Amino acid sequence: MAEVKVIGSWSSPYTRKVEMALKMKGVEYDYIEEDLKNKSPLLLQHNPIHKKVPVLLHNGKPIVESMVILEYIDEVWEGPAILPKDPYDRAMARFWVKFIDDKCIPPMWKACWSVGEEQEKLKEEAKQGLKFLENEIKGKKLFGGDNIGIVDHAANFIAYWFPITADFVGLQRLMTEEEFPNLYRWADDYCSHTFVKENLPDKDGYIAILKSRYRSIIIWHYLSLINYVTFLVRSPHAFPIYEYEFK
Amino acid sequence: MSEVKLFGAWFSPYVKRVEMALNLKGVEYEYIEEDLKNKSPLFLQYNPITKLVPVLVHNGKPIFESTVILEYIDETWEGPSIFPKDPYDRAMSRFWAKFVEDKCSDPLWKACWAAGEEREKAKKEAEEALKILENEIKGKKFFGGDNIGLVDYVANYIAFWIPLLQDVVGFHILTQDKFPNIWKWCYELCNDSFVKKNLPEKEKVSSGLKRAVETGSLY
Repeated sequence: MAEVKVIGSWSSPYTRKVEMALKMKGVEYDYIEEDLKNKSPLLLQHNPIHKKVPVLLHNGKPIVESMVILEYIDEVWEGPAILPKDPYDRAMARFWVKFIDDKCIPPMWKACWSVGEEQEKLKEEAKQGLKFLENEIKGKKLFGGDNIGIVDHAANFIAYWFPITADFVGLQRLMTEEEFPNLYRWADDYCSHTFVKENLPDKDGYIAILKSRYRSIIIWHYLSLINYVTFLVRSPHAFPIYEYEFK
Repeated sequence: MSEVKLFGAWFSPYVKRVEMALNLKGVEYEYIEEDLKNKSPLFLQYNPITKLVPVLVHNGKPIFESTVILEYIDETWEGPSIFPKDPYDRAMSRFWAKFVEDKCSDPLWKACWAAGEEREKAKKEAEEALKILENEIKGKKFFGGDNIGLVDYVANYIAFWIPLLQDVVGFHILTQDKFPNIWKWCYELCNDSFVKKNLPEKEKVSSGLKRAVETGSLY
């Protein structure tokens, strides 16, 4: 019988999408929670290059990078498809995965943790990407059609983690219902999907992680006193991130 | 019979890798050179999102992003494989292709064009990544083994374009001294009889890069 392990981080959208994919296929696996402040020899042995979670171990062989893992899971195990069957639809799905990963998520995440002009610039960049996604989801329940597909998995951060993070840090007017009504509706459909709902970290738990894990390298903002004050005034309970350790 | 068009730019490594894949599979296609300073309405209609080459149009349906196109070509047409067959090997290929694009090609390119602190930062990033790649190619003729595979396609940039760019700007990160295995692979790849037919002329690319350095514009 195949031995499947996932080394992950409880709060990470990248870990969650891998777990969801395995569960969708009915694959039994051992989950190993990684302390990202104190990385284990196991993680460093199996992902020496990036040293990040998630890592899928299948019969002792590691696969890293969440989207690479999802394609692997789809190829190895029977069950509901993660990628479409038709080559053109697969190409479109792969394109959107790359687009979301490269053009949407990075500026959205960075915008949460920046201030002033830099934040405005990142918000604008993120919105440019989101406009295309808005158009793509129009008329569809999920990016995968009637069922969750790889693009929905790729965008899970946008649906669940981003709104909580943005709210926590006091970031406003990036993905509003007025400007992105279809995406907003998709996010709601995605998060309330019975299967997805069971596999998301609880909101309070995630907020606690945001508070405790990311210690203030507030000196970044302290060096510019205006930024420091702006940041504190906007979100007195949040801290700028130092780094994030999942991919 | 299927209709295949490719929108490209002659100097682009991303376009050349797609052409190489189509030629590998023996696919007949119409090549359309796109003026990147003055993009055609037809091109923008097919790729309004990234507005970048290459764009493959198969029976009227556009596909963009070179690695996505490579996978589409491998799935659609018979012939020699670009991706390995085994799922684990495929996962490894995808991983290394992403590593090459994100961690090697980008910083190498940036380091050549940047100056001062930015250049040093990009150089350091590139060198760290190249050390890892150096280890991966050790003992292998190509990243794909005996035959070229996905990673070789994606790393075409490093094999052909980067050495030319380094010479033009006079800033060398990828050298035979520091990275003998990668250097050997560059030679193997660029001199492979099939790959050679699918590369642009060295002098033409060098002149183009020199012009870009002088004018400050790539196109």
